Amino acid sequence: MTTTIPTRKRPTTKRPASTAPSKGSKLTTGSTRASSRSDRTYDAIVVGGGHNGLVNGAYLAKAGLKTLIIERRHLVGGAAITEELRPGFWFTTFSYALSLLRPDIIHDLELTKHGFMPLLMSTLLAPGENGDYLLFTQDHNQNLKEIARHSKHDADAYDQYTHDIEMVCQAIKPLLDMVPPDIFSDDPEELMALAGLGSRFRKLDKRVLHNAVRLLTGSAADFLDDYFDSELLKGYLASSSIIGTKVGPRSQGSGLVLLYHSIGEHDGEFGSWAFHKKGNGGFTQVLARAAQAYGAEIILESSVDSVITKNGRTTGVALADGTEYYADTVVSALDPRRTFLELVNPRELPDDLVENIQRFRFQGTSSKVNFALDGILDFPPLGQKPDHFRGFTNIGPSMDYLERAFDDAKYGWYSQNPYIDMAIQSTIDADMAPPGKHVLSCFIQYTPYQLRESDWDTEKENLGDTVQRTLERFFPGFGDLVLQREVRTPLDIERTVGLSEGNIFAGEFFAPQMFFFRPAPGWSQYRTPIDGYYQCGSGTHPGGCVMGAPGKLAAGEILKDRAKARA
Amino acid sequence: MIRTTPFHERTNALNETQLWSHWSGYLAADRYQMSDKMEYFAVRNAAGLFDSSPLYKYRITGKDAEAFLAGVLARDIRACAPGQAQYTCWLDDRGFVIEDGVILHTARNEYLLTSAEPNFAYFEDRIGRHDVTIEEVSDDIGTLALQGPRSRDLLKRLVPQMEKIPYFGVANGEIGGAGVTVSRTGYSGDLGYEVWVDTADALHVWDTLWDSMEGHGVLPFGLAALYMLRIEAGLLLLDADFDSSRFAWNDSHRSSPIELGWSWMFKDLKSDDRAFIGRKALEREIADKTSRWAMRGLIVDWRDYDRVYNEAGLIPPKDHAPVQEDWMCYDDDYQRVGYATSFMYSPMLQRHIAIARVRPDLARLGTKVNLEFTVDHHYEQVAAHVARLPLYNPERKTA
Repeated sequence: MTTTIPTRKRPTTKRPASTAPSKGSKLTTGSTRASSRSDRTYDAIVVGGGHNGLVNGAYLAKAGLKTLIIERRHLVGGAAITEELRPGFWFTTFSYALSLLRPDIIHDLELTKHGFMPLLMSTLLAPGENGDYLLFTQDHNQNLKEIARHSKHDADAYDQYTHDIEMVCQAIKPLLDMVPPDIFSDDPEELMALAGLGSRFRKLDKRVLHNAVRLLTGSAADFLDDYFDSELLKGYLASSSIIGTKVGPRSQGSGLVLLYHSIGEHDGEFGSWAFHKKGNGGFTQVLARAAQAYGAEIILESSVDSVITKNGRTTGVALADGTEYYADTVVSALDPRRTFLELVNPRELPDDLVENIQRFRFQGTSSKVNFALDGILDFPPLGQKPDHFRGFTNIGPSMDYLERAFDDAKYGWYSQNPYIDMAIQSTIDADMAPPGKHVLSCFIQYTPYQLRESDWDTEKENLGDTVQRTLERFFPGFGDLVLQREVRTPLDIERTVGLSEGNIFAGEFFAPQMFFFRPAPGWSQYRTPIDGYYQCGSGTHPGGCVMGAPGKLAAGEILKDRAKARA
Repeated sequence: MIRTTPFHERTNALNETQLWSHWSGYLAADRYQMSDKMEYFAVRNAAGLFDSSPLYKYRITGKDAEAFLAGVLARDIRACAPGQAQYTCWLDDRGFVIEDGVILHTARNEYLLTSAEPNFAYFEDRIGRHDVTIEEVSDDIGTLALQGPRSRDLLKRLVPQMEKIPYFGVANGEIGGAGVTVSRTGYSGDLGYEVWVDTADALHVWDTLWDSMEGHGVLPFGLAALYMLRIEAGLLLLDADFDSSRFAWNDSHRSSPIELGWSWMFKDLKSDDRAFIGRKALEREIADKTSRWAMRGLIVDWRDYDRVYNEAGLIPPKDHAPVQEDWMCYDDDYQRVGYATSFMYSPMLQRHIAIARVRPDLARLGTKVNLEFTVDHHYEQVAAHVARLPLYNPERKTA
């Protein structure tokens, strides 16, 4: 799941060791930047070196464009970074696992040549209340027996549920890889695309189509209740319906989030997650190497102040220090608020677009709390060993638990018994921590960006304590293992990574903000009203998670436009 | 009664699945964890430990050992100094491969040869007047393969010589006070070592090694992961990718070393005056270019693969479990132009891959062939491209 963001104030003198650029790479920083105008002229400039910016830049460079990727921070990756915050301990500061990455990007950009390595997460542990638990492994039949310990009915229903969800995923998946047709256009090409989409859905089996609509519009709870009795199982499954989004499992709309997280795949298996070697920071370093191999240049520590426009078209970007870079194609990998309201002057944009962006929902609700640990956790029913921690550990023992966690958020506070998606990544990749030590990544929900009568600077460490208290309840002695703790609230995410209100998807996953409407009606095809200015961040279709699809699809549209202009 | 290896007490305790194969009369773990892929990644990302004790092992000693081996082995053993190992093969007099194996030159006039099947009589019957003794020592020696990027750093803490030992080097050392021989060899295509230990010391060596590696992400791995690794590494398996010419019913079940991709073993053939078994036939094959096949890797076109499944309304399977059987390759005119013998989805390469033999005129890298699958209960052909073996070949393997 894509997650969030970090940092409290970073010491200005000492940079945290991080997934550092490799020697001899074309990464440069502001101080070494070229000076003549022709040296600063490119075919395309990508603003923001997050995963979508890197994917976009890599595709453009591969197509032969002289491409520059500009990153504000000292490292690329955006929210997908890995940092050595303590010697030998590597933290996936924000985003912490991989699943929705589009397979064609792996192949098109030849990522395996550059070190792409998605490690299997082989277990799933869902602790319940009172020492109960569900432990899933890679043995399907054993998993069914495990469910049967809780409900014989559910053990049978589980396969039906999985099959039904997979049928919907298979039907919906092509949408992730296509540019949404423009439903407001009379262009015959767009009408054809729309008709194609219609006929695809018309051919679907009734049950599949109905399930798809139920998931896209309804609540995860309603869907899950149809299949299951076990609260523990439902709690685990419903957890995927709230990740990164301000909904509870009983909210309408949570079905869509559940579907999104089911449609991810790892080596062809829906709903399966991988841990990239050295975390998602390891992954974005792979992307950076691929982009550079195609000739893209990346500059770091360079903050883009604005996109330069002239007569309704872009001519380049201006950095905060006044340096200008020139290109007739500029791509913003930032979120829609920054793309439309900050990088350009909203007065240059149509009113309806500005209004739509202004009411685009961000309302980040997730945090990260990361730990360096002196040893492995003790889970008394299974013991103190790494074997059952080789994947996610899901602290969400029932749907009630999740819904109550959401209740706190509805009224402007963070969950007192939060949902926690844990991963002890050093059990999957030994390079993440020194031998015998561990790093634990905890994704926390709900932690609304807007707190009532307080703020995150005040509450940050209290949130850390709340999380630690929750973990202590399931893993006695947890506190004694903690060597270091890092809390990253939605405010930290916004400050560090730049995602507005700390929304990990660069904009909520709500039906009115998806597909044709992401980020705004009429502007879902990666273009903007300014000629040559494009958008490729997760605020565009198909959205957040480390999917890369927005970056790839935007590159396709840019190249199409350039070909047309040449013709 | 099935036998157990000298490490069985430990491997048995670790084998959560209790899945075992019978390998040369011994129990060998198929996989220890619920997931063989997990074991595979341990090898590619940290290190894995494999009990390869069931291999046949022969000790060849005597003052004529080198001369004898120079005549029965096809690759020139004289190039293998003491402290070195060699991957080799032996041929029949028609130049067809009988078997392959690794031979260690453990000391002056002393060699240790491994093979997958019994070859004791074959070699003994060819001693003639050489002053050579061959003993079968399969049961006297336990072997453990430690493979993966961390293997050197882990092993050198116990056996410091490992720091310097070159690819296919051999050294003697001690683990926990017990004498061991270590070779930088393996069947994973990765950086790796094999530890050779007297059966009596086996458990002690296992314990010392295993305990020293705690916290380093090392897992024991079984045959399922081994087969994945070896296919990526382009390492051939007897009875899967080729058959022993001794037991073949006809020549389509026989292969020359050139056809198996081992021509590199004979690059100095001209300056090598040995009269080894199969030499004349081999020379003729090379001179007349009569090889029937070229051994290559295949990389399946992923778009084409996904397309056939998607058109059938199916989720394209990406199953890492190797299928070691024949898969036909055709040209666009539906003429058979080769066949794959090992097939899998490679998690490291993110592609379906195969070890295949193709007609020599199609052996150029990048050539397209059509690989036949069964999809939705009918045959489908999917584009695949000829690639060099090994398909996965990290620098660290030989560095």
